[in-house]
Amino acid sequence: MTQTQTAPAAPALLSIEGLHKSYGPVEVLKGVDLKMNKGNVVTLIGSSGSGKTTLLRCVNLLEEFQGGHIRLEGQDIGYSDVSGKRVRHPEKLIARHRAMTGMAFQQFNLFPHLTALQNVTLGLLKVKKLPKDQAIALAEKWLDRVGLLERRNHFPGQLSGGQQQRVAIARAIAMNPSLMLFDEVTSALDPELVGEVLSVIKGLAEEGMTMLLVTHEMRFAYEVSDQIVFMNQGRIEEQGPPKALFEQPKSARLAEFLKNIRF
Amino acid sequence: MYEQPSWLHELWVAREALWAGFLTSVQCAGLAIVFGTVIGVFAGLILTYGKWWARLPFRAYVDLIRGTPVFVLVLACFYMAPALGWQIGAFQAGALGLTLFCGSHVAEIVRGALQAIPRGQLEAGKAIGLTFPQSLSYVLLPQALRQILPTWVNSSTEIVKASTLLSVIGVAELLLSTQQVIARNFMTLEFYLFAGFLFFVINYAIELLGRQIEKRVALP
Repeated sequence: MTQTQTAPAAPALLSIEGLHKSYGPVEVLKGVDLKMNKGNVVTLIGSSGSGKTTLLRCVNLLEEFQGGHIRLEGQDIGYSDVSGKRVRHPEKLIARHRAMTGMAFQQFNLFPHLTALQNVTLGLLKVKKLPKDQAIALAEKWLDRVGLLERRNHFPGQLSGGQQQRVAIARAIAMNPSLMLFDEVTSALDPELVGEVLSVIKGLAEEGMTMLLVTHEMRFAYEVSDQIVFMNQGRIEEQGPPKALFEQPKSARLAEFLKNIRF
Repeated sequence: MYEQPSWLHELWVAREALWAGFLTSVQCAGLAIVFGTVIGVFAGLILTYGKWWARLPFRAYVDLIRGTPVFVLVLACFYMAPALGWQIGAFQAGALGLTLFCGSHVAEIVRGALQAIPRGQLEAGKAIGLTFPQSLSYVLLPQALRQILPTWVNSSTEIVKASTLLSVIGVAELLLSTQQVIARNFMTLEFYLFAGFLFFVINYAIELLGRQIEKRVALP
């Protein structure tokens, strides 16, 4: 990845403060704080219902949140305080902010009526407004990067789950986001297809891509992450480097959680 | 000595009247299908994604029109438009009735197709930074329109059949022209059968066209 200008004492790339999120009366995020710097790889772990996917989805406003702030590259995401009042951003600004993050989904969510190449070029053409030849060149570069250049004219229905997920990652990353979000990207895959997707993500991490992941692949999380964040009942229970966190959990909850998972 | 006239001869005599009727049928059905589809897609979008106050009038329109026989609709347009101070001819009134009918049906099938698209599609559009109108044009509608194609072909053939009701308000479409021809030569069976055949030809052409489009846009 190309280096952008690093201002002195650069603010965190992503900063989440006091994040609250409720579905009606049910509070699923109860005040979450998280900071990420450029190049960080942070993985959210925790049992289902702990709020990790919700947290991830708040970052690109696929979920609305009711309290707190999310700042990406110093810009408020979703809401701003205007003279003491919390105001939701206009849709156009929200769309622009969403384009600053890339997201890969559990169910891939490729556009079934578009080829692999068209899936990747859509955002480049309509959001980045690149000329067609540049968009195609860039899309081909990323399809090549995920090992699927020769499948560029295949439709999602003609690709395996692992291949679809790799196209979905190429689609997200071709937009040159400052942060990539991965939401349980291997959970819907057959076991033998998990490896090909994880190795793509690992490659991106090694190239310095800033990533926030939710995964149940603990070995992968261990290997790829700078920070592991353990979430429990809508709060961050514990966080730290993978080695410390996995080998010497401080909280009883985390110890209990780790005891029940296989590596 | 009275000579039994041949059917072919009578057909030749009536050719211009029947051709004009055929064209009128195709025209009013065609207009109704085109404008009804435009109205229906728009109404379907509102019904799926609109706020409640926007949905309300469209919901009323769709429920009201779908719950009314086309015949009543055609009569209503014919008699009510002038009563409301809108001077339109029988053809326009009939075409309007068919258009409203077509629109209400298309609205519901479009709504059904849009709601059947997995939520993840819109989310994926959002995630790459598409605005909602962009997601609609490039992600949701292309999928929904593929989905509705078979049902839309069916609705279109219904419109062609319903266009015969315009004969009641005096539009010389194919059925009324046929009746006028029969009134002259009393060849009831022959000419009704012929009219039926022509309607079949129109609808079969629509079905073939639909199948061609389906084949072209089918996803592997």
